[in-house]
Amino acid sequence: MSAPTTVAPQPSTTDASTSLTKPVNGKRADKVFKGIATVCGVLILVVLAAVAIFLLVRAWPLIGGNRKEVDATISSFTGGAATNFWAYVGPLVFGTVLVSALALIIAFFIAIGIALFISHYAPKRLAAVLSYVVDLLAAIPSVIYGLWGGIVLVPAIYPFWNWIAEHLGFIPLFAGPAANPPRTVATVAVVLAIMILPIITSISRDIFLQTPKLLQEAALGLGATKWEMIKLAVLPFGKSGIVSASMLGLGRALGETMAVLMILSPGMSYSFKLLQASQNQTIAANIAAQYPEANSLGVSVLIGTGLVLFVITFLVNFAARKITQKASVK
Amino acid sequence: MGQRIDVNHLNIYYGSFLAVEDVNLNIQANKVTAFIGPSGCGKSTVLRTLDRMHEITPGARVEGEVLLEGQNLYASDVDPVAVRRDVGMVFQRPNPFPTMSIRENVLAGARLNNRKISKSDADDLVEWALRGANLWNEVKDRLDNPGIGLSGGQQQRLCIARAVAVHPQVLLMDEPCSALDPISTLAVEDLINELKNDYTIVIVTHNMQQAARIADYTAFFNLKAVGQPGHLEYFADTTTMFNNPQNEEAERYVSGRFG
Amino acid sequence: MSDSRNDNSQQSSATPVIDFDKFKPTRSYTAARKRKDIAMHVLIVMAFVIACIPLISVLWTTLVNGIHRFNWDFLSHNMTNVIGGEATATNGYGGILHAIVGTLEITAGAMVISIPVGIMCSVFLTEYRQTGRLSRMIHLLVDVMSGIPSIVAGLFAFSMFAILAGPGTLNGFEGSVALSLLMIPTVVKTTEEMLMIVPNDLREASLALGVTKQRTITKVVLRTALPGIVSGSILAIARVIGETAPLLMTAGYIVSTNANLFSGQMTTLPVFVYQEYSKLRANCPVGSSASCVTTIPMERAWAAALMLILIVLVLNLIGRIIARVFAVKTK
Repeated sequence: MSAPTTVAPQPSTTDASTSLTKPVNGKRADKVFKGIATVCGVLILVVLAAVAIFLLVRAWPLIGGNRKEVDATISSFTGGAATNFWAYVGPLVFGTVLVSALALIIAFFIAIGIALFISHYAPKRLAAVLSYVVDLLAAIPSVIYGLWGGIVLVPAIYPFWNWIAEHLGFIPLFAGPAANPPRTVATVAVVLAIMILPIITSISRDIFLQTPKLLQEAALGLGATKWEMIKLAVLPFGKSGIVSASMLGLGRALGETMAVLMILSPGMSYSFKLLQASQNQTIAANIAAQYPEANSLGVSVLIGTGLVLFVITFLVNFAARKITQKASVK
Repeated sequence: MGQRIDVNHLNIYYGSFLAVEDVNLNIQANKVTAFIGPSGCGKSTVLRTLDRMHEITPGARVEGEVLLEGQNLYASDVDPVAVRRDVGMVFQRPNPFPTMSIRENVLAGARLNNRKISKSDADDLVEWALRGANLWNEVKDRLDNPGIGLSGGQQQRLCIARAVAVHPQVLLMDEPCSALDPISTLAVEDLINELKNDYTIVIVTHNMQQAARIADYTAFFNLKAVGQPGHLEYFADTTTMFNNPQNEEAERYVSGRFG
Repeated sequence: MSDSRNDNSQQSSATPVIDFDKFKPTRSYTAARKRKDIAMHVLIVMAFVIACIPLISVLWTTLVNGIHRFNWDFLSHNMTNVIGGEATATNGYGGILHAIVGTLEITAGAMVISIPVGIMCSVFLTEYRQTGRLSRMIHLLVDVMSGIPSIVAGLFAFSMFAILAGPGTLNGFEGSVALSLLMIPTVVKTTEEMLMIVPNDLREASLALGVTKQRTITKVVLRTALPGIVSGSILAIARVIGETAPLLMTAGYIVSTNANLFSGQMTTLPVFVYQEYSKLRANCPVGSSASCVTTIPMERAWAAALMLILIVLVLNLIGRIIARVFAVKTK
């Protein structure tokens, strides 16, 4: 830079009385940019419509095609166990919901515990590290959970399931004998629980951290213990957040493919025997498993089951959304 | 040189709500005109219609006309972007662009308007604008530091330099000192006094002493009740406004017996 | 404190006499409360410890099992000329070069589609149409989209290409389309969040300088939000890079390296892991050499899983560092 001059330079003004009606440069870019943004916004609508249309078109033979051929395809899928679409998709829906609900039950309390630990118990430094660890857990691809579940967890968890079957076997849910290797709904539910843990944890943690300081101090000021304070102030405040977090976790578990595909020994029954193999199968894993060998009509059937899965996850996510909205209105 | 502004029968609406009613006002070139009045009377709203900044709020619209040196800002062939290049604005809270250095902040208007400027022209413009804003001596050695690192008062003067660098005819200031400490306020007030040689200045202020100190003319806005539209109650030169107002409401307001 | 013993003679007859001793907690009750507090503390800490076990186990087993075959030969070869459990000519057992190429290309394809669309969509939502029926509708559909199971995204891309490009079409780009369906909602949401926290003052400051709306958005608003957008996009990439199911049905699976995104099947790392896992063990017929390893598929699966975890973790780390280091201080 040159040495500063003492007299300030004057910019030469081209036109002192600028005309307001002179065309502004950049006006066209303005319009084009707005156009692109609008197109991209509307594109979301188009894409979702496209998803629905393409899936429906491809699944059409199921509805408008030859009923006999469809039923024959289904019966070849199941070895004659199911002869029409609803009989086919029924056990799959059952299996999907069973595994996901179980995963949610396992994950729920642990996730709330971790969230409380991070938000109210851990020292600040540690809490930051833990938050990171939870996010890390979410980042691990599902195929790796599948690999780990199939090779490490399955043999490791057998003694535990065996113990449960022996001691709690009188409960129909845990009716023995425990399958060995335990490629069972129970094991899959554990893996899915690990996978949805971070989702529930991170959302609940954020909600817990938002609990008004005033409420917490009011509770402590009355002489409440820390746990009583959490029960009085934090949990009621975060209730709707916890519910919607669980719903989102459930949505994730419902759609999970690889971990189920790589661990579960599938079956097609309405069975609650969690510790026995070949009882249930989920929609997503079934699609991935059947897909490579399916003919054109078979693919239509699988897409039909995919649509059912889409509707279920949509309903769950929608419920989660409604609950959060209701809470934020208040 | 500054330009005069004439406001004729201006109504301002937010959606269907009439916010400000029938304003008629002549703002003299190269003078400081202050807008005062109670909260919610629409003084900031009127200010923002002078460079069409109110249009950013969805649903805001005006009736009537605002003439800048005889040209209607709201004529159908006038682009709001062109208006804002002629009428600059300084805001309540200093708002330098956080991603830019001091130098880049000053050049923002010219650069973002996509004019190609040579380095020497840019250097000249930066120095001129910063000198114009009484900031040059304080920052000349650290032009490449982020603008956000300056003190509040310096940031506000940087924002003035940034507005001045576009070379407008009019400068609108929306409570430019309300976020500043007394010493910074003094610096900005001194600056306003100098700037009126080159620009027409319109300033909204909550502080009546400030209006009395710096303004040549003062407009007093008022509203009849909450939910009613604001209106221009009384307009006079500052001496009259504060010493001998010919309006009962204005007298009560400036003497502090308001409400 | 025994101020509960009131002096009755001074009481006016109207005020009831309160024996505060009645409200005093009993000693055993106080102890019970304390025990419960400690018990919950222990339970909460335990919940955390329990959650740590699988994480450590996953990372540790992947590292231990994967490191065995994780070498340059593994990274620089594909699976052509790999027969059973036999060693190849280079004394290796095949590798993941083709899967790395496939993963990078398919993910890049998904990025090219979803990042511009996602960013412009959120620009539309935050800068042009903040309220109204259209924006509410788009918000709702973005939420619906983020709930689409990944296998359904795969089915969609598969059906679309089957209808538009002929049945049985499998190529890398088809996988990119499936992944972008999963990625767009993430990008839209994070970008929108970032644009919302850009102070309105900056938009006004720029517009008041007579800058057009487009330049205000690109040079001030997007520029200020840039670190957040970049970091959000990287995290979105890290999420889809590990997707397996949709790629299984769209990109297919081959053993050789295919660098053409738009034609021919492509293998990605997660699909490779799954395929090797499904093989269980390799064939070592009688009379095969001593270097024949029957467990080689699992070893390859672990090594590829290690590679995948490394990629995901590095992406996560980069995303976080960008968010932290380049964060624009607005106040």
